[in-house]
Amino acid sequence: MGETIISVKSLVKTYKMGDVEVHALRGVNVDIVKEDFAAIMGKSGSGKSTFMNIIGCLDVPTKGQYLLDGVDVSSLSKDQLAALRNHKIGFVFQSFNLLSRTSALENVELPLLYNKKISSREMRTRSLNALEAVGLADRAHHFPNQLSGGEQQRVAIARSLVNDPVVILADEPTGNLDTRTSIDVMGIFQKLNQQGITIVIVTHETDIAAFTKRNITFRDGKIIRAIEVDKPRNAKEELANMPVLAEEEL
Amino acid sequence: MKVKNLLKAALRSLAKNKMRTFLTMLGIIIGVASVIAMLAIGQGSKQSIQAQISTLGTNVLMIFPSASSSGGVRMEAGSSQKMTIEDVTAITERCPSIAYITPQVRSSGQLVNGNLNWRTSVYGVYPNYFDIKNLKLTSGSVFTMNDDRSAGKVCIIGQTVVTNLFGADADPVGNYIRINKIPFKIIGITEKKGQNSYGQDQDDVVIAPFSTVQKRIMAVTYIQSMLASAVTEALIPNASQEITDVLKAKHNLGPSEDPDFTIRTQTDIANMATATSGILTILLATIASISLLVGGIGIMNIMLVSVTERTREIGIRMSVGARGRDVLLQFLIEALLISLLGGLIGVTIGVLVSQLIANILRWPVTITIQSILMSFLFSSAIGIFFGWYPARKAARLNPIDALRYE
Ligand SMILES: Nc1ncnc2c1ncn2[C@@H]1O[C@H](COP(=O)(O)OP(=O)(O)OP(=O)(O)O)[C@@H](O)[C@H]1O
Ligand SMILES: [Mg+2]
Repeated sequence: MGETIISVKSLVKTYKMGDVEVHALRGVNVDIVKEDFAAIMGKSGSGKSTFMNIIGCLDVPTKGQYLLDGVDVSSLSKDQLAALRNHKIGFVFQSFNLLSRTSALENVELPLLYNKKISSREMRTRSLNALEAVGLADRAHHFPNQLSGGEQQRVAIARSLVNDPVVILADEPTGNLDTRTSIDVMGIFQKLNQQGITIVIVTHETDIAAFTKRNITFRDGKIIRAIEVDKPRNAKEELANMPVLAEEEL
Repeated sequence: MKVKNLLKAALRSLAKNKMRTFLTMLGIIIGVASVIAMLAIGQGSKQSIQAQISTLGTNVLMIFPSASSSGGVRMEAGSSQKMTIEDVTAITERCPSIAYITPQVRSSGQLVNGNLNWRTSVYGVYPNYFDIKNLKLTSGSVFTMNDDRSAGKVCIIGQTVVTNLFGADADPVGNYIRINKIPFKIIGITEKKGQNSYGQDQDDVVIAPFSTVQKRIMAVTYIQSMLASAVTEALIPNASQEITDVLKAKHNLGPSEDPDFTIRTQTDIANMATATSGILTILLATIASISLLVGGIGIMNIMLVSVTERTREIGIRMSVGARGRDVLLQFLIEALLISLLGGLIGVTIGVLVSQLIANILRWPVTITIQSILMSFLFSSAIGIFFGWYPARKAARLNPIDALRYE
């Protein structure tokens, strides 16, 4: 096992809605190590998104400890959290969350804009490289509304990896995509993971979870099971073996 | 975020909503343009008043009776009949700082030449009135003290009177006119002076010997006011003091009692006129500033709408590492750009409008660099001031709340 990137202890998140308290997370303990590729599963409402938002530093827990790359996140200021999101985390949303009327390339550049150390020239090359990595170099100047859902999600993935994060977090990245495109996206994640990037995704589908190395299951705000995947599916091979004819008929 | 990128982002989001940006800017444009134009008008009238006053000579003093109360009823200033010709004589004899002094009476007169007639003011003064006011004749000569002693029926008329009674290019010196049915011989024509700063035609006058007007036309024994000039401008305070002493003694007033007359120097009048036009300028500028303020509120309104509309964008930016400060700056720069750009266009339009006013209405306008700089500064201050609240509202959002916003 490599070094621990994400270490969560007794994480609790309670939403207060007037008099009603919603216990979204009730004591979650999990470690995710470097170069891991984990899928978070569980029924709707079991707390998966809440968990992802907290480890993505978009939200703060009610109680519990969270170490990201050895740093206790609860001690950080808002600005330091922003810097953390910028340098260490890449977040991919189910609904893509791209800026409209802004080209794919500029969407990918966005995290670099908030990184003072990077020159305009370097920004361009890194963004183009990231687009290249998700196979969208030829769509660099398209606007989101000129791209398919799968392409938009790939732009979002390119954006998440452009700043060389230690971990990419994806909340239902294939939720809005068809089977083939989903496998496509999983292929990209597998490739990035092989290059050494730690990845955590949320998914409802066991088929999709089978592409990862580890499956963690949530129920009622707790982890009820965490298993290693015996033989992960290989997206690249499966895509190569997919009947081309069937595709053309569609 | 780097400044260059901030500017780029701000310009882009303003360009996305061109119509809205323009309308928001319009408030600032109108505000700045009216501030510039109003200040130009105010400054212009102030300067033209000052220019006119300075041509009158600064060593002139006017003495007139104070507003008096008779039986508890306050009378109009200058309506009292307490000044007499003896006061003039006393001042002439006992005030070394006074160079010239003349009594003044003014009556309105109906002038007739054949079948033409004209109504105007008839002034009764000593010949040295022309020295005090530095008034020249284009034709003929000034009457003498002998004419005054004999209440001679001679007069000097202004160009407007000439035009109305004899025609534009006539030189009626030696001709006779009737003033309130009394025949007067015209012995001189005054130099053309045009309108004064209050819009009065200074050429619409008849000037005759003091006694003539006092006795023959008005049939009174008092004088309405005196006009004097000090030997030099520096002696004005002395002259003023000497006159006060002499008149108080003559009117049997103790040194501690209030005088029953008022002395005004040309400087007083100049100051008063300048103060009046200063107040006018401030008033105009204030009204214009209010429209600038309304423009600022327009910016705030639109920025608030914009922040709400773009909550998701703010969430996305925060999720990839934008700090509160970055978001704040982004919105602040948008507000600043609107107000600066609006200010720039407003200054241009303001200058053009001022020129139009000068050319079409023939009003004196003066555009000063200060007024341009001031409205420019003011409009950017308004941008920052009214942009601050919406921008801070955006900056304070939580990333997750912003992202979830529908
Ligand atoms: N902002 C919120 N305010 C109140 N309750 C919330 C809020 N966000 C989530 N919850 C509640 O917390 C619980 C966990 O929600 P969460 O979004 O984490 O579920 P999930 O596992 O991601 O579900 P899904 O698979 O449908 O996306 C749910 O019961 C939800 O109603
Ligand atoms: Mg969810």
